[in-house]
Amino acid sequence: MLTNDMVEIRWHGRGGQGAKMACMLLAEVAGLEGKFVQGFPEYGPERMGAPITAYNRISDKRCSIHSNIYYPDYVVVLDETLLDSVDVCEGLKEGGAIIINTPGSPGQVRAKLRGWAGKVCTIDGRRISEEILGRNFPNTPLLAAVVKISGALAVDRFLADIEESFKHKFAAKPQVIEGNMATLKKSMEEVQVG
Amino acid sequence: MSNCFSGNEAVAYAMKQINPDVMGAFPITPSTEIPEYFAQYVANGEVNTEYVTVESEHSSMSVCIAAEAAGARSVCATSSCGLALMYEMLYVAASCRLPITLACVTRALSGPININNDHSDSMGARDTGWIQIYAENNQEAYDNFIMAMPIGETASVRLPVMTCMDGFITSHAVENIEFLDTEVVRKFVGEYNPENYLLKKENPLAVGPYDISAYYMEHKVLEAEAMKAAKARILEVADEFAKISGRHYGLFEEYRMEDAELAMVLIGSSAGTAKAAVDQLREQGVKAGLIKVRVFRPFPGEELAQALSKTKAVAVMDKSEGFSANGGPLFAETRSALYDLKQRPHLIDIVFGLGGRDLKTEDVENIFARLADIAATGETGPVYTHLGQRQRRK
Repeated sequence: MLTNDMVEIRWHGRGGQGAKMACMLLAEVAGLEGKFVQGFPEYGPERMGAPITAYNRISDKRCSIHSNIYYPDYVVVLDETLLDSVDVCEGLKEGGAIIINTPGSPGQVRAKLRGWAGKVCTIDGRRISEEILGRNFPNTPLLAAVVKISGALAVDRFLADIEESFKHKFAAKPQVIEGNMATLKKSMEEVQVG
Repeated sequence: MSNCFSGNEAVAYAMKQINPDVMGAFPITPSTEIPEYFAQYVANGEVNTEYVTVESEHSSMSVCIAAEAAGARSVCATSSCGLALMYEMLYVAASCRLPITLACVTRALSGPININNDHSDSMGARDTGWIQIYAENNQEAYDNFIMAMPIGETASVRLPVMTCMDGFITSHAVENIEFLDTEVVRKFVGEYNPENYLLKKENPLAVGPYDISAYYMEHKVLEAEAMKAAKARILEVADEFAKISGRHYGLFEEYRMEDAELAMVLIGSSAGTAKAAVDQLREQGVKAGLIKVRVFRPFPGEELAQALSKTKAVAVMDKSEGFSANGGPLFAETRSALYDLKQRPHLIDIVFGLGGRDLKTEDVENIFARLADIAATGETGPVYTHLGQRQRRK
């Protein structure tokens, strides 16, 4: 966990995987916890499967910067295949961490990280999501992982607040709340640090 | 309830709190969410607005014009080519003195087609007779929309108001925001009670008829006077707004300008990024400051000249390319405003951020380094340049 005033997170995913939604949800929950936040995706022509980027700033003071994040504290990768085509570690701060959705271990995935020597965290978001939710929604497991690894928010309070958000968001289909909560908890247990 | 909302959600929520009589609705990226959210409020019965869906922006503005002329308070939202398609009707709205409120979510104009932010749409409409107020973030977008009607509808002004926020950067970014209570908003905005309107049977009138040469000029001068009068009203409304919100607004915001020798003049979300850079520079002992222009129409020329009078070098940042071959619109206005000063700072224009090209804090720091050079040497160098574009291969 970094000790600077502001935590900056960059999300890499593919259109349709929910990177934007996870980013917005993180902002919303952090806001409920009294933090100043920004959550914003980088927009372009929207295509399923195309690489997309989204950003979070979480801080105790309002941040007036409205540019993209070039030197993130944490990078979240929802789709392992992006490692071949996108330099996901670009600008990642020394002392920060990258969190990758993969069945592999941190040791196995490090070779693809173009020389990144810092902390690598992995989580098998696909398996967890398919086991609990019955479908591949990688955003929920990765959201849990980045909250735990970054320490940007206290885990217990995060879980309580996000449950409230889910109740609001899924008012029309409350049956999915339990699965999402279980996915979050399981992901926090399983994330590997290397 | 969450306390974090995007700029589009914030403006749609302001509209809900105001509960206008009519909305002319047509979607275009990135403003689409405004009529989208508002349609939910209508469907839920949370507002009793007449929600008129039409086939183009020319028509959505026409709906607003007709409704406002009939005596109904009307609102609209658009972006980019949508605003361009309204162009003819923007003049009609302003010259008929119909205080419509339009949320303009600024975006580049075609071509090449591009959905991202710059100010080429709103700047293209700068001479249509609309008041233009720009926001730096979601909070200001919300606040400006609530202040728009008390400004535009007042008898000394009677002009339509365009509240502008940066597409995606503000419209789609979720940030903390403080909403006012709906009761407070409704009381602040009040009812729209024009003296004359189409549906007033005791006093039938025509709106927008032909004007012969014997009258046209008088009408245009009245319109110009209304725009001049708007300045005082904008400040009055800002004072009233401060009482209900605790948030203070002027024609522009001066940031660390007290003893600034080097300054930047800019509009919108980029001002926030530049503030962070100014803070950095101040820590290094650089006397840097910035002015964020909030009200572009009416242009606060005298006030701006006064605020810049003690500086040595100033960079004006234009987020639109006016193709004047002589600098962008903000530069033209600023340079013109400075002409009457006895001692003028050196002035350069930098066109930046076109079609969503990001402005970084480092960019701002580099510009201030250039200003420091200019102040030290007295040599301005190239006056009108562009920032951040790749160079053509030789």
